[in-house]
Parts: sequence; C-alpha cells; structure tokens
Amino acid sequence: MAFSIYDFSSFTRSIDQGLNQVMSPGWAVFTELAIIGLVFILFYAVAGLYLVYAERKVCAFMQNRLGPNRVGIYGLMQTLADAIKLFMKELIPIKKSDKFLFHLAPYIVTIAAFMSLAAIPFAKGLHAIDFNIGVFYVMAVSSIGVIGVLLAGWSSNSKYSLIGAMRSGAQIISYELSVGFSLLTIVIFSGTMQFSGIVESQANGWWIFKGHIPAVISFIVFLISSTAEINRGPFDLAEAESELTAGFHTEYSGIRFAFFYLAEYINMFIVSAIGATVFLGGWMPLHIGGWEGFNHAMDFVPPIIWFFGKTCLLIFLIMQFKWTFPRLRIDQLLTLEWKYLLPINLVNIVIVAFLVLMGWYFK
Amino acid sequence: MTTNVLMFYLFSSVIILFALLSIFTRRILRAAVYLLFVLVATAGLYFMMQYQFLAAVQLALYAGGIVVLIIFSILLTHHIDHKFENPRLVNVLLGCGIAIGGTLLAIPVIRSFPFKAHDIAPLDPSMQTIGNQLLETGKNGYALPFEVISVLLLASMIAAIVIAKKGK
Repeated sequence: MAFSIYDFSSFTRSIDQGLNQVMSPGWAVFTELAIIGLVFILFYAVAGLYLVYAERKVCAFMQNRLGPNRVGIYGLMQTLADAIKLFMKELIPIKKSDKFLFHLAPYIVTIAAFMSLAAIPFAKGLHAIDFNIGVFYVMAVSSIGVIGVLLAGWSSNSKYSLIGAMRSGAQIISYELSVGFSLLTIVIFSGTMQFSGIVESQANGWWIFKGHIPAVISFIVFLISSTAEINRGPFDLAEAESELTAGFHTEYSGIRFAFFYLAEYINMFIVSAIGATVFLGGWMPLHIGGWEGFNHAMDFVPPIIWFFGKTCLLIFLIMQFKWTFPRLRIDQLLTLEWKYLLPINLVNIVIVAFLVLMGWYFK
Repeated sequence: MTTNVLMFYLFSSVIILFALLSIFTRRILRAAVYLLFVLVATAGLYFMMQYQFLAAVQLALYAGGIVVLIIFSILLTHHIDHKFENPRLVNVLLGCGIAIGGTLLAIPVIRSFPFKAHDIAPLDPSMQTIGNQLLETGKNGYALPFEVISVLLLASMIAAIVIAKKGK
C-alpha cells in the first residue's frame, strides 16, 4: 500500500482498488461511504471536545487563570470527562413542547456541520468531496444549520429560547451574505470555485499576499462576518447568558445540549478551515514565487501540518475576539452588517474585478 | 447502476412521503419542516445527476432561503398550541375528487410523451460556462431575463422599504 504523508491521493486510490478487488463496485462504494462517515464522526467528536478544551485554556490564559488542570496532564482529559457526564445525564422532557421538532433540531444543526466539513481539503488528495462549485456548496449547506436553531427556539415553547432563536436567525441570515461576498473576491482572483483548484492556484504565494489590499480587506470582512455567523465572540447575543440564560438551547439537557455545543465548535473549525484554505493557501506550504530553494525547504513540512497550523491560528484569533470585545446590541449588529460590511464588500468586489481584468496583482 | 436506481427510489419516496405529510399535518411549523425535507431530497436527486450547481442552488435558495423565511414568519405570528381545524367533509371529498381527476388527466399525457435518453455530449457546468451563459445576449443567453429580474427585485425592495417606513 503506497502511503506518503505528502500526497494522500495514491493512498486513497489503493484503498479504493483494494475494496473493488474483494467486493462488487456497489458494495465497495457503500463500504467507502461507511469508512468516511466513521472517520468524520470520530474527527467531529475529537476536534469538538479539544476545541472546547482549547477555548477554556485560551480564556483562562487571557484572564490570568490556569483553566482546567486536574483531570489528566494539563487537564487534557477534562472535556472527555465532561462528555461522559453529559452522556449519563437525564434528558428532561419539556411539557407542552413540540416533541418531534424538539428532538429533530439538534440533528439538523449537526447534519449541516457534517455536510460542510465534508468539503474541506485537509491535505493533498485528502478530501471527501471536491465539487467544481465547492465554495458555493459550503455556503449552501451551512445555510441549513440556521433552521435547526430556529426550530430549537420555537419547539422549546420558552420565551428565552424563542428570543434567542429570532436573534440568531436574523444574525446568521444577514452575515451569510458578507461571508459569501468575501469568499467571492478570492474566487474572482483564482478563477475557480473548486477548493482543490483554489489551493493549487496558491502554489506561488497565498492569495492574501498575491491579492494585496483587496484580499486583506476581504480577509478582515471574512473574519468579522464568519465570527458573527457562528454566533460567537462579540456577536453571541443569541445566547447572551446574562439576559437569555442560554438562548435557543436553554431547554435542552444532557446529550442533546452537547450536540448543539459540539456543532458550535465544529462550525468554528469549519469557518477557520475555509478561511485558511481560501486566503492562506490551505495545505499549500508557504511559497514565494521565484525563491526555488526556500520553496523546496518549505515543502519538507507535511501539508497536513500546514493546514492544521493555519486553521489553529485562525481559531485562536476567533477565540481572542470573544474574550476581548464586549457584546454588541442587536441594532449595532445589524448596522455593522448592512451599513458597513456589505457596502465595503460590494465596492471591494468591483475593485477586484477591475484588478483581475488589468492584471494588477501578483501572478 | 443498481445503486443509482436504489438511490433514485429512496429520494423519490422521501419526496412523495413528506409532500403528503406536509399537506396533511395540522401544525403549521411541522408542515414547513416537511417541506424542507422535500426540497432537500430534490437537491439529492440533482446531486445524483451530478448537476451540483443546481443542487447547491436548490439548497441555498429553497432550503436555506425560502423555508427559513417561512419559518421566520411562523415564529413571529403563530403560537405553539395552534392547530388547524379539520376541514369540512364536503371540502375533503371535493378536494380528493379534483386531485384524483387531475392525476387521471395528467398520467396519460405524461405517458404519451416518448421519454428517451438523449445522446448529446454533456455540457460542463463550470463557473465559467454558467457566468458566460448568464450574460450572453445571443442564443441560449440569459442576459435579458437576468436584467428583468434585477429590475423586478429592485422594485420590490423599494416597495418593501416604503411599506416599512410607514409615512414618517
């Protein structure tokens, strides 16, 4: 079995061929789907739990505390223990709630997170699906997650939940627009919406360097609006704990609450991974056009480390936002989106189109 | 090939089942959620045909856009205890009669059309092709509908703002 840490395409192909030799093509496809599903479920759980741990550590670090440090070395087992506790907790049934929708809502949020996770290229040849409209696909499936939030808020039959759901619905719908437009600027630069194509186009420099000023502007807009889209940071008024207890998931308990909580952190991972892929080159090492020796030296670091390094950097940034800025009011939030970010974005797209037409960027 | 057929029947049965459920349920938000399942399964059919662009449009516009708007308006206007009353028997019978009549009329018409697999080379639905078609003025171009829809949307947006302003 050919295995190389630098290029996974031969590895995945050899698995495919191996399966096709033992069973019929239909069953081979089913087995592959099952394997990929298992890998993603495992990744979902582990990444989600350790992001929660990272959040608590970063928060503690910024507030001059130690954070979790009792369970395991440096408290590494803390979130695992929390997950086991949540598994064993009683699920409290809510009287006068819409039972069907109440139980359905966490799964919609989780499925939406899974579907966008599938499109992320983790390393060369290591992505589940690679559509030629990749960026658009991610925008489309991530817009389904808001339905889970709205349903959770309504079906709990609680005022806190309903207000939280309305707020987060308005927020997600408006900021989705800015996320889409800021990704669109890089789509114009690279001329493709396919994630593998976007990564390949950064082989001689990442877009944030090659696209100079407009790329930096759209990167900043992307960071702000994606933080808002995942209901985090200064934009977490959907679950503002001081006024709404926990927003749309107030009435959820035990493992159903954990589903929402995990999905929130996985969504943070997804937006960071998309940002890293589109603006910072994804798994592509740091290359500078013309510097052959330097590029060759950078190639020795495996792509998967580049990808997770960049993603973790963005996650760290987004976590810092949360513990630095005070929470916005709902009218400030909507003003920021509709009066500042959206017009800036639209002008930026026109500028980018002009730059690409004239060829005024680093090729 | 058989897996494809299997998937087709799976998606179609999901579509039919939830379409019926969304009509027969008496809780309005559940009807909206069943409609969501119908639209997502339709997107699944498009994915199966490898037409990812249309599938993503289906998800973004119908599932992520229109259903969200419907749910939003339900959230603002309805209470959770609200249930529709059962319609009168005359209306039920009349509706069933019309539905059956329509089906009987439609099925022979559909069956009389000779469906056959065409052998035209598949068009590459890449971003460039779609973008060029959208702004093409010649044959198969969509420049005129694109502009007309833009004007229509602008008009409705201005109208919405005027209504929301309430003569201040």
